[in-house]
Amino acid sequence: MNNIPLEACLAVSTIMFFAGVYGFLSRKNMLMVLVSLELMLNAADLNFVVFNRYLFPNQMEGMFFTLFAVAIAAAETAVAIAIIINIYRNVKSVYIDENITTMKN
Amino acid sequence: MDLSNYLLMKPELSLTAVFLLLIIYDLFASDKTKKYYFPVACLLFLVHTVYCFFLLKEEGTSFGGMYIAGQAQAAIKCILNVGVFMIFLQANNWLSKPDAIVKRGEFFMLTVLTLLGMYFMISSGNFLIFYIGLETASLPIAALVAFNKYTHESAEAGAKYIFNAVFSSAIMVFGLSFVYGACGSLYFDNLAISMFSSPLIIMGMILFLAGLFFKISLVPFHLWAPDVYEGAPTNVTLYLSTISKGAAVFALMVILYKVFPLLSGVWTDVISIIIILTITVGNLFALRQNNMKRFLAFSSISQAGYIMLSVFNGTQFGMGATLFYIFVYVFSNAAAFGVITAIENQTGKVNMSDYNGMYATNPKLTWAMTLAMFSLGGIPPTAGFFSKLFVFSAAMEQGHTILVFIAFLNTVISLYYYLLVVKAMFINKNSSPIECVSTDGYLKISLTLSMAGILLIGMVSCVFEYLRAVSFGIW
Repeated sequence: MNNIPLEACLAVSTIMFFAGVYGFLSRKNMLMVLVSLELMLNAADLNFVVFNRYLFPNQMEGMFFTLFAVAIAAAETAVAIAIIINIYRNVKSVYIDENITTMKN
Repeated sequence: MDLSNYLLMKPELSLTAVFLLLIIYDLFASDKTKKYYFPVACLLFLVHTVYCFFLLKEEGTSFGGMYIAGQAQAAIKCILNVGVFMIFLQANNWLSKPDAIVKRGEFFMLTVLTLLGMYFMISSGNFLIFYIGLETASLPIAALVAFNKYTHESAEAGAKYIFNAVFSSAIMVFGLSFVYGACGSLYFDNLAISMFSSPLIIMGMILFLAGLFFKISLVPFHLWAPDVYEGAPTNVTLYLSTISKGAAVFALMVILYKVFPLLSGVWTDVISIIIILTITVGNLFALRQNNMKRFLAFSSISQAGYIMLSVFNGTQFGMGATLFYIFVYVFSNAAAFGVITAIENQTGKVNMSDYNGMYATNPKLTWAMTLAMFSLGGIPPTAGFFSKLFVFSAAMEQGHTILVFIAFLNTVISLYYYLLVVKAMFINKNSSPIECVSTDGYLKISLTLSMAGILLIGMVSCVFEYLRAVSFGIW
């Protein structure tokens, strides 16, 4: 297990995070935006686990944080999907385009 | 397990009790008794508000430092309680409409739940509790924003809010993970001891602050605020612009003072640039708005800049000024939104041009709105003048002359657009002004309360003296 260096794990989580940021900014489908957000949250969770496992193996604080963060991410997804379904009922579409955005500066 | 830990958490327990009673009443009451739901909910919350005033002196920590009860925390909880009570009083007209009356209970329950999350966020002594509190505070707000589910604006605002909230909290947690990786703990006390200045920690702190700035809607991160404020139901907009912002500012302040005092050289520079941007951009965009809710959204962005001006000093005076500013801001915004709610519920009009010549038909509401605008702009007899005075003098004390000068110039700009509303109501001619709006008793109580607050809080100097005495600073 310890053959994998810490830097490699951090590189994975950083790539995940910025893939999520890119997806959040560029995707047109609201469900894909939600998937990108999950990617970002999971990258942060991965960071916590990796730091805990490699740097502070005697205590569990990072692991506990990850457990709670996963549960909170699930709750976030539930609320977001409920709102997306509500939008779909109103405009029959989940694509972010001029049908959906009515309010502008 | 030591149950005495819970004794310090009396405000949270009392709020949970209110929540449970509300949910039981909503589920099991018959239709006949349910028509008293609104007064009962307000009364329960009033009892909780009064009870919290008796807990102002409680101090201590429990759960090994995870939960902190201090006098400053108790004071901000009381301020938020008063604000939420006024929001509840204003909601009656809106909640009596046919499509809202069936889910009337949900409004109260969700609001109480978000408030509970803010309580935990305010008295957290560990980043885990802080994060849970923050999410408990922001998820039910998304449901509240999308409350009018048959109008598209409300659903759109809900989607914009939830995506931005999750995006910002993901950035925040990502930053937190670096702080954890460098220091090896999530407790505020341990972090403050093991904190050192390294690029990793600075990056983590900046990402963390960026996430929190999203919640407070400071300028590079403010783009969600106007759309969400416009689309949300008016009472929820008031909640977002005062209560949620006030709680987030307080939590940010505690974290800056307790966890990152060693890096104050870094965050002072970051925050001073953000303050200049926030005040200026918020003001300039507010100038060109016609929709009243959008107008107040940009006004609240620039007000957040003034609040930050007192946060980043790091002195006890600065923290007292912040608490006082939040307190006054809650009252001023409650008055402004109370008038908007009354007019919107009866006529459906929310544009500034509709307010032309309103003084002829609705003199009382016009005076309420005028006082609110005076207080937001900072004209002397109102409390808004004193809050701005304290904020500026706290910043001057630390020698931020240029910053105070820019903020002062912006006060003049903001006075122009606040008085534009007053001019529309008193001077502009209109052949068909808004008809005479009849307000219900609850809204009248709420408006009277906020009027009294605007006129009295500044004069009654013991309020500020108390808030200053309970605050703490870095130096």
